[in-house]
Amino acid sequence: MKGFILSFRSEFYKTRKTMGFWSAVLLPLLLCLMLFIGFFVKADRMINTPAMILWFQLAGAILGIMGLLLLPMLIIFIAYSVNNVEHKADTWKTLFSLPIPKLSVYAAKYFYAFFLIFFCLALFVVFTLGFGNLLGLVKPQLKFGEYNVAGILTQLYLKFFLASLGILSIQFLLSLLFSDFLKPMGIGFVCTITGSILASNNWEYAYLFPYSHPMMAMRALSQGQPKGGDHPSPINPNLTIDLFTKDTGISLIIAVVVFIAGYFIVMKKSVK
Amino acid sequence: MVISTNNLTFTFGNQTVVKSLSLQVPEGSIYGFLGPNGAGKTTTIKLLLNLLKTQEGSINIFDLELQSNRIKILSQIGSLIEQPAIYLHLTGKENLLNRALLLQIPEKRVDEMLTLVHLQDAAHKKAGQYSLGMKQRLGIALALLSDPKLLILDEPTNGLDPNGIIEIRELLMKLTGEYKKTVFISSHLLAEIQKMATHVGIINFGELMFQGSIQELEALNKPSIQIEADRTVEAANFLKKNNFAVSEVNDHHLFVPFTSKENMGEINALLNQNGYTIYSINKQQQDLEKLFLAITQNA
Repeated sequence: MKGFILSFRSEFYKTRKTMGFWSAVLLPLLLCLMLFIGFFVKADRMINTPAMILWFQLAGAILGIMGLLLLPMLIIFIAYSVNNVEHKADTWKTLFSLPIPKLSVYAAKYFYAFFLIFFCLALFVVFTLGFGNLLGLVKPQLKFGEYNVAGILTQLYLKFFLASLGILSIQFLLSLLFSDFLKPMGIGFVCTITGSILASNNWEYAYLFPYSHPMMAMRALSQGQPKGGDHPSPINPNLTIDLFTKDTGISLIIAVVVFIAGYFIVMKKSVK
Repeated sequence: MVISTNNLTFTFGNQTVVKSLSLQVPEGSIYGFLGPNGAGKTTTIKLLLNLLKTQEGSINIFDLELQSNRIKILSQIGSLIEQPAIYLHLTGKENLLNRALLLQIPEKRVDEMLTLVHLQDAAHKKAGQYSLGMKQRLGIALALLSDPKLLILDEPTNGLDPNGIIEIRELLMKLTGEYKKTVFISSHLLAEIQKMATHVGIINFGELMFQGSIQELEALNKPSIQIEADRTVEAANFLKKNNFAVSEVNDHHLFVPFTSKENMGEINALLNQNGYTIYSINKQQQDLEKLFLAITQNA
């Protein structure tokens, strides 16, 4: 356990100055900031919008693309950058000749990638809430203060996180095995497109394909979200998200299986 | 013995890279592990660090079996394999701090290491901007950080200028002399190792061709008599007729194995009396480099 904690801290120390880490911070910050500016400029048009709809418009702008593109791309990039630090510096051999169990070194890296995704999604929640409340302060005519979205938003992003575990583990393994960006990126991209098509066509077995999961998580959102564009129909105020569905289970199983398989592949593969 | 391997054999696919290697590295030695490129040096080093799994034979380090005492053994080894593994986006000091974090070593030691390898002025520069020599020195600082009892260095002077090579040589001699460390250093250049090694192992095509102290290696190295004469080929034939062994002839010189001073005088007189003009005659130690080539080419 000590080896794991030390390795995990070292992962942070190594990556804290890389694009991989900062993309997890800057992506939510910039996207939420852009929305903030958009709402700020168009505030007058939204004076009569109910608080709940305001929140869903703010959060929904990001959530809408999250499952389709943003989350899969973020996962591909983070899985790549966490492993690329070692490929680029040729440090695998050093990592695995440290007096630390090989499993700890491998697990720390794996969980660090998970942590970055979790951290990034948590920041989406924090920035959405932060900028929403800030809008309510600087434009009091927008009644953000009248509805508390924190609970449902947290659940939604948690759902996205759970849906990302399967893809992340596969992308992690691909990036570990291939030192270039194109192979994991290419495979990930093709699978993401396939997954989106499967999920959007409601193929009954789509839940078995991890790359469909973010799209399916997004479905959990649209079940609660009003349809009909700019003039939303009333929403069920007791909206709940079903966190653990079939696809979440598959996502978790894939993450565990790939983690174990990856460990044996890494141990078997000679360290270059 | 600090390192002792027994019949170590390693195969990649159907190619045997290391063949029943039995290394004996005594404590406090600088063990030069020599061989041409592709002889199996790096593979052996990876086996010693448990980066590759032992297929056949056994490895004992500090009298402990490697596989079952991996962590305990590795905590007392510092290593540098091929190019130093350095995070180029971090500064030199950050590279050391990261390793210190992993090995739970106080920060003070990091500064000591920077001073030791003369990188204190470049400590806050990105390692990506380091010259090859600086990277190599940082790699050595990383290897030394945990104050290991055994240092395993794979071609540590690759790409260094003569000054850098001398610096590293002096550092390693100091480590074994003053701090009683053991150094296992691989190289494809005998000349580089010869000046510091106490023991030598020569490997070719995965097989150990020679192992022993540097004195034992030098003892293999027989001196010869170098004769500069007017008609070398004829002179050589003449000597052969008179039962002298001639080891080498070219346009300017001929070489006869040295046995004694008296014998050298005899040859001189014999050639002179038979009309050969001798311009020079002297005893010559064969270059160790030639010996190294001879050992590795006999395979």
